[in-house]
Amino acid sequence: MSNAESVLKPTLVTMPPREATKPLFDRAHEWITTVDHKRLGILYIVYALVFLVIGGIEATIMRIQLAVPHAHFVSPQVFNQMFTMHGTTMIFFVAMPVLFGFANYFVPLMIGARDMAFPRLNAFSFWMSALGGIILYFSFLGGSGLYGAGSAPDVGWFAYAPLTSPAFSLGHSTDYWIIGLLVSGVGSIGTTLNIATTVLCMRCPGMTLGRMPLFAWLNLVMSGLVLVVVSPLTAAQIMLLVDRYLGGHFFDTQAGGSAVLWMHFFWIFGHPEVYVLIIPAFAFISEIVPVFSRKPIFGYSIMVAATVTIGFISLGVWAHHMFTVGMTSYGNAFFVGSTMAISVPTGIKIFNWLGTLWGGKIVFKTPMLFCIGFLFQFLIAGLTGIMLAAAPFDWQLGNSYFVVAHFHYVIVGGILFALFAAFYYWFPKMSGKMYDETLGKWHFWLFLIGFHLTFDFMHIPGVLGMPRRIYTYEPGRGWEIWNLIVSIGMLFQIIGVLIFVWNLVWSYFKGKAAGNDPWDAWTLEWSTASPPPEYNFATIPVVRSRRPLWDLKHPEDPDWKYE
Amino acid sequence: MAATTLALPPAEMPLPQEYRGHVGMWCLIIAESAIFTIFVVAYLYYAGKSLSGPTPAEVLHVPWFNSVCLFASSFTIVMAERAIVQGKTRPFGIWWLLTIALGAIFILGTAREWYHLIYDDGLTISSSLFGTTFYSLVGLHASHVIIGLTGLSIIMICTALGYVKQEHAPRIEVFAMYWHFVDAIWVVVLTVVYFVAR
Amino acid sequence: MGAAHLCAANVASAVTLGSPDIPSIFSPASTPADSIYHLSLFVLETCFVIFAVVFSLLVYSVVKFRRRPGDDGREPAQIYGSNQVELAWTVIPIVIVVVLFLASARVIHAVEDYRFPPNTTEVTAVGHQFWWEFQYPQQGFITANELHVPVSDAKSPTPTHIVLLSADTDHSFWVPMLAGKTDLIPNRTNSMWIDPHETGVYVGQCAQYCGTQHAKMLLRVFVQSREDFNRWLAEQQRPAQNDGNVASGRRVFESTACVNCHTVSGTAAHGKFGPDLTHLMSRETIAAGAALNNRENLRQWIKDPEVFKPGSLMPAMQLGEQDLNALTDYLMSLR
Repeated sequence: MSNAESVLKPTLVTMPPREATKPLFDRAHEWITTVDHKRLGILYIVYALVFLVIGGIEATIMRIQLAVPHAHFVSPQVFNQMFTMHGTTMIFFVAMPVLFGFANYFVPLMIGARDMAFPRLNAFSFWMSALGGIILYFSFLGGSGLYGAGSAPDVGWFAYAPLTSPAFSLGHSTDYWIIGLLVSGVGSIGTTLNIATTVLCMRCPGMTLGRMPLFAWLNLVMSGLVLVVVSPLTAAQIMLLVDRYLGGHFFDTQAGGSAVLWMHFFWIFGHPEVYVLIIPAFAFISEIVPVFSRKPIFGYSIMVAATVTIGFISLGVWAHHMFTVGMTSYGNAFFVGSTMAISVPTGIKIFNWLGTLWGGKIVFKTPMLFCIGFLFQFLIAGLTGIMLAAAPFDWQLGNSYFVVAHFHYVIVGGILFALFAAFYYWFPKMSGKMYDETLGKWHFWLFLIGFHLTFDFMHIPGVLGMPRRIYTYEPGRGWEIWNLIVSIGMLFQIIGVLIFVWNLVWSYFKGKAAGNDPWDAWTLEWSTASPPPEYNFATIPVVRSRRPLWDLKHPEDPDWKYE
Repeated sequence: MAATTLALPPAEMPLPQEYRGHVGMWCLIIAESAIFTIFVVAYLYYAGKSLSGPTPAEVLHVPWFNSVCLFASSFTIVMAERAIVQGKTRPFGIWWLLTIALGAIFILGTAREWYHLIYDDGLTISSSLFGTTFYSLVGLHASHVIIGLTGLSIIMICTALGYVKQEHAPRIEVFAMYWHFVDAIWVVVLTVVYFVAR
Repeated sequence: MGAAHLCAANVASAVTLGSPDIPSIFSPASTPADSIYHLSLFVLETCFVIFAVVFSLLVYSVVKFRRRPGDDGREPAQIYGSNQVELAWTVIPIVIVVVLFLASARVIHAVEDYRFPPNTTEVTAVGHQFWWEFQYPQQGFITANELHVPVSDAKSPTPTHIVLLSADTDHSFWVPMLAGKTDLIPNRTNSMWIDPHETGVYVGQCAQYCGTQHAKMLLRVFVQSREDFNRWLAEQQRPAQNDGNVASGRRVFESTACVNCHTVSGTAAHGKFGPDLTHLMSRETIAAGAALNNRENLRQWIKDPEVFKPGSLMPAMQLGEQDLNALTDYLMSLR
């Protein structure tokens, strides 16, 4: 037998016919009771897409209200609920679930495993996360807020004390925020425990840590971060419940408690949380850019080291969200240093992606278009982050629309673009069908225009003195025209997303068959059928390099010669 | 083919699947440690800052007996693990029962201490910063002991019904890790509450 | 529609108010804002250079290394990395970071550890939901929402030191042209300072979400010449005007719940929950900037605050027309 064949046997599987004949109830029951990582991955992703639409509606309501000064589209009470729910939804019920969904689907496939380490824990974690979102949104019905104007929480997604104390947050709206997130936090810890254990214990023969796809590495780092940082939020929320229900004084400033302590606890969670969100996005880029440049990732080991470094440093930068609370000059200076330090490994990653493009043969399919958008936009987002890291500059820019523009640049321009790239890249694998490339390009260009209209110009009102979380603003301060442009950009983004959803749905039913490996890629998920059978691989693969399918396709020049 | 002249690199076996339980439990311990860390930080931050109410020095007495019982339960659970690894289910059951008993003594002792603090000393969760942080931190630990006792009891019932065998030893080990963690947390809480911040 | 609003608002503000400038952080008028401005220019320039370099490299690589039509289908050279290149693009960013850190640390120290000269004006700002209380402890009076400070000469500075407290939740004092923002946090004392170089009106607003009407907790800082400022101080120190013509209005004020929340010095009203009204008519706006201070607005505010500021903590006073008119007359007399 030739060496090439002994390296990896391709999986030949014939798919059974689609089970359209099963009754709906049985199919629904299968989905609800599934412990298969692929189905749970899809459940997470669909759940996240539903909340993406809801969060988008909340954003649209805010932008209509802010398009002109002194508008009366919604009352201040409703507006304050909108920004609270929009932020909470997008972070906890869109970004985290969709990233967990992709991790769930592809980590086992990429490491040559049949499922996650703990399939039942996997299902439990998903349903806990889902329950958290339902609890949060039940607040619209059951929360009984202060002014009786609907009842969703209105304390902002970071729920600063003492605004959340019983004295200032009457009724139960804040409790829905607390409990919804406590429950979904349990789900997050369960999922990441699972991902970490899977990556460490379930790799196929030959796949040492140094031969794992970057996707698996980065999800491992993300999981480690979640385990350490979601718990502080859980702890702080338990403390808040003790304050609200048992008469405790953790954040009760009248009894000597400290409002700043909540800020510390929240941001010890909150800052690493955004790295939890961006690191899986980095994982997508690190898998997709090489395939569409036709070269391996530049500097694999450095990419791993940089990500681990980012993970560690991210635990030490949190008080850059608190530059204005009156810390000492030494405290402020320390956090300036740590925050700026994190830009070094982050920059290294951007340069390594640049190095991957360099000398390649770039193919501009939709996933790659979104990756290129990511690279430009993440660069800009990182630079506005450096500006905010310079504490005195943050004393002006903090809590203004400049910050809102910065973090949306990272989350929408970075994470969401990477997510769109991931959707288009892996949709053929998950559904067995190709999406429509023309519609994909329409989505990209419309969304790009809308994104830049909204979030480029959003920096300007911040520089001109417009704070965040205001339901209206004074005319004559020079903010009007920029707010109007920002609001108009929403339209393009909405249309782009609608085209995206339509593309997915239509292609699922009517798209061309994709085959195992439409992109001529190199990681293990492309060696099995599209969609993969329940058991993933007919025989567990044996690998000898980072790109097992490259070795198979290029037996005269395999990767393990060079690694 | 030219490839036949190249020597294949070795295909090492990475960490075996049997370690799943241990790795998973370590992840849980890391997450739980982070929660406790935050409560300890809050306790230390507010030490001495209460505006009113009894002080720790006035009302806290080191719970020696309870603590010794809890630490001893770590010893008994190790003996139980050794027994089941060798397949000796009867000694395993005895050591396991002892572990439960020692843990239960700890909880009862904590309850007695709290009764005394609330009704005799007037220290409640709402009386002051000290009260809030004390009952929250010690209570969080106690709730983890209770969860551990619940798990221990379930395994005890399964043992009594004859379902626990030698091949379950790795799972017993993983559960015992949780119990050791609860003990280790008590070392920290005991030190911080009854020694450092008094 | 936005443009029409803009025109109307500009005209209105030019006619009725002191026509405050657009509160841009790039138009500093005081030393803290100035220091921040110079640091920000340095940071922006550095970021722009980084952007230009990396952006150009990205554009170049996306254009030069695209797959051309008629490509032979062979894979390009499979490069795995380069240690020298990695070293270069690690060391250079570290150097940039160190420089930016030092520049920032210098400004942090200059602003936070400033030593106050002897003739510093002292003000204590207390944040409330949703208005600003300003105490002048050296002169012994309290006012609300509109801060008056003396102009400062760079050669012999007369800064104003503002101590920041809060009566309820977190707030933040932000007047971009005068200084960066600093938070007002309950159970905590914060501190900031300004030394405006030019007289005029500077606008800002609360910059930390504090509840329903966070958006209308506006700030106006009146920077005055020494003479004007001293005159203003003297006016504020006097007790309230006692105009016999508005006695009936004063009776309404003192017999209704008004006195529970408001203070009018020299009278029986000593409430602390709401703004001090002793010299109400010396202010340009009411309701922390939500409306101009004139008779109709004042009357409307007392009748139903929800019109200007829905969710404000002042209740509608449910007065009859006659009482309402008398009360408004009384308040109009508090100059």
